[in-house]
Amino acid sequence: MELSAYPLELPPDDRPMVRFMNVTKSYGSLVVLDDLNLDIQRGEMVSVIGPSGSGKTTVLRMLMTLESINGGVIYIDGKPLTHMERKGVLVPADEAHLRRMRASIGMCFQHFNLFPHMTALQNCMEGPVQVLGLSKAEARDRSEELLKMVGMIDKKDQHPSRLSGGQQQRVAIARALAMRPRIMLFDEVTSALDPEVIGEVTEVIRRLVAEHDLTMLMVTHQMGFARDISDRICFFYKGKIEEQAAPEQFFTNPQRERTQQFLRAVKDAD
Amino acid sequence: MWDFLQTYGGRLAEGTLVTAAQFALATAVALVAALAAGLGRLSAHWPVRAAATTYVEIFRGTSLLVQLYWIFYVLPLFGISLPKLTAGFLSVGLNVGAYGAEIVRGSILSVQRGQWEAAYALSMSPWKRMRRIILPQAIVLMLPPWGNLLIELLKGTALVALIGVADLMFVAKQINGSTFLSAEAFGTALVIYYLLARVLITPAMRRLERSMARRLGRA
Repeated sequence: MELSAYPLELPPDDRPMVRFMNVTKSYGSLVVLDDLNLDIQRGEMVSVIGPSGSGKTTVLRMLMTLESINGGVIYIDGKPLTHMERKGVLVPADEAHLRRMRASIGMCFQHFNLFPHMTALQNCMEGPVQVLGLSKAEARDRSEELLKMVGMIDKKDQHPSRLSGGQQQRVAIARALAMRPRIMLFDEVTSALDPEVIGEVTEVIRRLVAEHDLTMLMVTHQMGFARDISDRICFFYKGKIEEQAAPEQFFTNPQRERTQQFLRAVKDAD
Repeated sequence: MWDFLQTYGGRLAEGTLVTAAQFALATAVALVAALAAGLGRLSAHWPVRAAATTYVEIFRGTSLLVQLYWIFYVLPLFGISLPKLTAGFLSVGLNVGAYGAEIVRGSILSVQRGQWEAAYALSMSPWKRMRRIILPQAIVLMLPPWGNLLIELLKGTALVALIGVADLMFVAKQINGSTFLSAEAFGTALVIYYLLARVLITPAMRRLERSMARRLGRA
């Protein structure tokens, strides 16, 4: 599809929080995502699962604009994210447009990626002060409140090197939330954690789902957790959505053979 | 030996002061040049990259002595006359800065990819990402190689004697020329150079490394 065929904006009665429209991603001849069409509604929690190499992490990274796309358009709240309007048509977005648009998206990473030269509190204040232009006092209030929420307020003056993986990940969640994003992305946030601290991170995400109307997209290997908190499960296989459904339906009555195989394999591994 | 020091100690001390001043000024030049060229080589804009690469290639690829002569003897032919003190620390600083640029570039690239991504995900501008997140971590990585380079720089300043800057080496040569006390004159210079590196540069760099490690919460 030609870029000129894509709408400059989505119509007001059809504006999901996120829309992937015919999105393609490839590295050379390797197609990672093939013609992806996916809507995520306001306040929806969608879990992306699938075997490794199925392109699930790429979906998140494209939404964070950490990866460019080779075809299609991604819309955020009806407005193009990966593209911008020039003389009545969409063209690939420049750095300024990307920066403006991705301000409404927060991301947590598998390896936390806290800034090692800053304390937990400074990590949370960095974005609000440097990017949003909040005063130090405002940013501190906001950050301390969030650190309280994730149960890390008594460690606020510690550097990341003094924190356990679970604690670092909770600070990383607070750091992302301090930017007041409308969309939160969780990229295998428990995969690098010791089993005994996974619960403290999933508990925080559970509360986010329960108490906030954030739109969330999560890549995870924890089927039980995904089943508990998601509104919808998307199963990726070889760069395509093989099956998507509400969690109950998905886990108790998967329709596609690939899904059944995958769920059996995961169950055996447990 | 005692007589020698009593007679020439004063002049050697003056020479040492000039060497120390050349060292300090050349270090300042090297740091600025290394940072500018190191960042320049990573720039997204090709003219900036080209300028930085040209600087590094010229100053790293040719002899310091030739550079010194160029800046002092050849630039005046193009209408740029520099006093010998300035020509001295400028040449040494620019030469060392070219090596330093590679250290700066290498340590910036060594900062974990995840740090760039986290800063990016916070919508930080490229400049803020660099200044607030990447450089503070890169500086910790570049300190040990810089310690080495500064010792090289100190020894490099001995060449400024060749354009007539009255530094430690210059004084030692003068004393040798008028007294033929070669062992004493050059021996003393040797020891002073060693002590400057050992007593000033190395401990200062160690202290800096420790305080940087503390800022990362690692100490």
